[in-house]
Amino acid sequence: MQTFDLATRGLRELNQTLHALRGTTNETAWEIVNAKGSHAIAVGVDAPLDITVRGSTGYYCAGMNKQATIRIDGNAGPGVAENMMSGRVIIEGDASQYAGATGRGGLLVIKGNASSRCGISMKGIDIVVHGSIGHMSAYMAQSGNMVVLGDAGDALGDSLYEARLFVRGSVKSLGADCIEKEMRPAHLAMLAELLERGEAGHKAKPEEFRRYGSARKLYTFNVDNAAAY
Amino acid sequence: MCGIVGLFIKDKTLEPQLGALLAEMLVTMTDRGPDSAGIAIYGGADDGIAKITVQSVQPDVDFASLAADLGAAIGVAVSLRRKSSHAVLEMPMDQLDAARAALSALRPDVKVMSAGDNLEIYKEVGLPKDVASRFEIAQMSGTHGIGHTRMATESAVTTMGAHPFSTGPDQCLVHNGSLSNHNSLRRTLVREGMTFETQNDSEVAAAYLTQKMKEGANLGEAMEASLSDLDGFFTFVVGTKDGFGVVRDPIACKPAVMAETDQYVAFGSEYRAMVNLPGIETARVWEPEPATVYFWNH
Repeated sequence: MQTFDLATRGLRELNQTLHALRGTTNETAWEIVNAKGSHAIAVGVDAPLDITVRGSTGYYCAGMNKQATIRIDGNAGPGVAENMMSGRVIIEGDASQYAGATGRGGLLVIKGNASSRCGISMKGIDIVVHGSIGHMSAYMAQSGNMVVLGDAGDALGDSLYEARLFVRGSVKSLGADCIEKEMRPAHLAMLAELLERGEAGHKAKPEEFRRYGSARKLYTFNVDNAAAY
Repeated sequence: MCGIVGLFIKDKTLEPQLGALLAEMLVTMTDRGPDSAGIAIYGGADDGIAKITVQSVQPDVDFASLAADLGAAIGVAVSLRRKSSHAVLEMPMDQLDAARAALSALRPDVKVMSAGDNLEIYKEVGLPKDVASRFEIAQMSGTHGIGHTRMATESAVTTMGAHPFSTGPDQCLVHNGSLSNHNSLRRTLVREGMTFETQNDSEVAAAYLTQKMKEGANLGEAMEASLSDLDGFFTFVVGTKDGFGVVRDPIACKPAVMAETDQYVAFGSEYRAMVNLPGIETARVWEPEPATVYFWNH
């Protein structure tokens, strides 16, 4: 286990150190201490590392992550795991605005609540939120899955493309072109697998969720291109 | 972008540290607003003594005989405590209005930062750490306080354009965001008798709340009304003589984090601002909901 003290070594050295580990390394386990709400912690990692951040983080923690598993032992500030490509980001506490925004792959797990605009413009990422999500979540979400064990705020999935949204609690309001859809066996199987990977298998059953998706009236969906989504 | 910090003390033993804690929070928010900074401290006892905080660009000249001149004009003893470009004038509470009228006649160029029973406001152009040390904020005690670091968008970088804005006795407001209907609202408020020092949108928000409270609303009701009458982006933190309030617009894109323990309620634009508060590790930390009014009273 490598321990990196942000208070003494600073952010630039942290990210340079982690970026230098591209490809093969045997220094895979990292603990970052004294996070103290700093911005851009462990951004742009591209290696199969296992990183734990002690304390709460500021803006953009774990942004653009590839391959790594990054666990935040606290709350995350705005833009956590923004544009994640692959790997996993797990937040033990709450996440602020636009968690997982524009994410292209990988898995984001938020064990507390996420605030507004969670998963905005998501493009392939899977997001599992154990608590509730704020308003305008999954706005213009293009692909990937969002699972919410709690409630969703106003305008869920506004101007949605082909992302799948699963909410167990109430939805305050649906955004434009977002509708409830039938939950088919394939969705239940997918949801069971997402809950398991999202460390929520013991908290909820797939049958308790409702599925929401695009009514496909707002954007120029062409069924011939369905395979591309 | 701007930075806001606020601290409302619940445990009296923490009151002597208010200035030190708030100054440290303010300096942490320098990245969000390096243009200018300001701080409002509620510190006075309920002792029948009124305070007016004034500011001058030539304090040596303006403040030299101000206490004596003002005392002679209103017929009571007035004291003056100078801090850099600012000074705090003290006089009996029942002479506050007379003192303000006399002040504007005696020193028309001197600006009033705040007036009331226990509020002092210090604000200047410059880095937050310089502003905080210039006014010895860390040495101040008090019950609650609000600070602001400014990155200007809506009006010039001047002392009067810095926050907090005070438009009523013991009232002040800081703002992160921008309002789009401030010109029309300013015209309405002018017709209702409010006066303005700047073209700044945040001053309009402060005056709006003052007007609502003048009409009988409490702080919570005034902030509730602002959600329907103010158009634009805002996170406001507001102070009154014994209260402290927070409200965000319905879109809520301007950041806000709050923390509460048995000892205090704290506000920061970012969690970073609060990391050195006592007991923050075990505090209840949350993000205030959009279009929801929060306020605390002593």
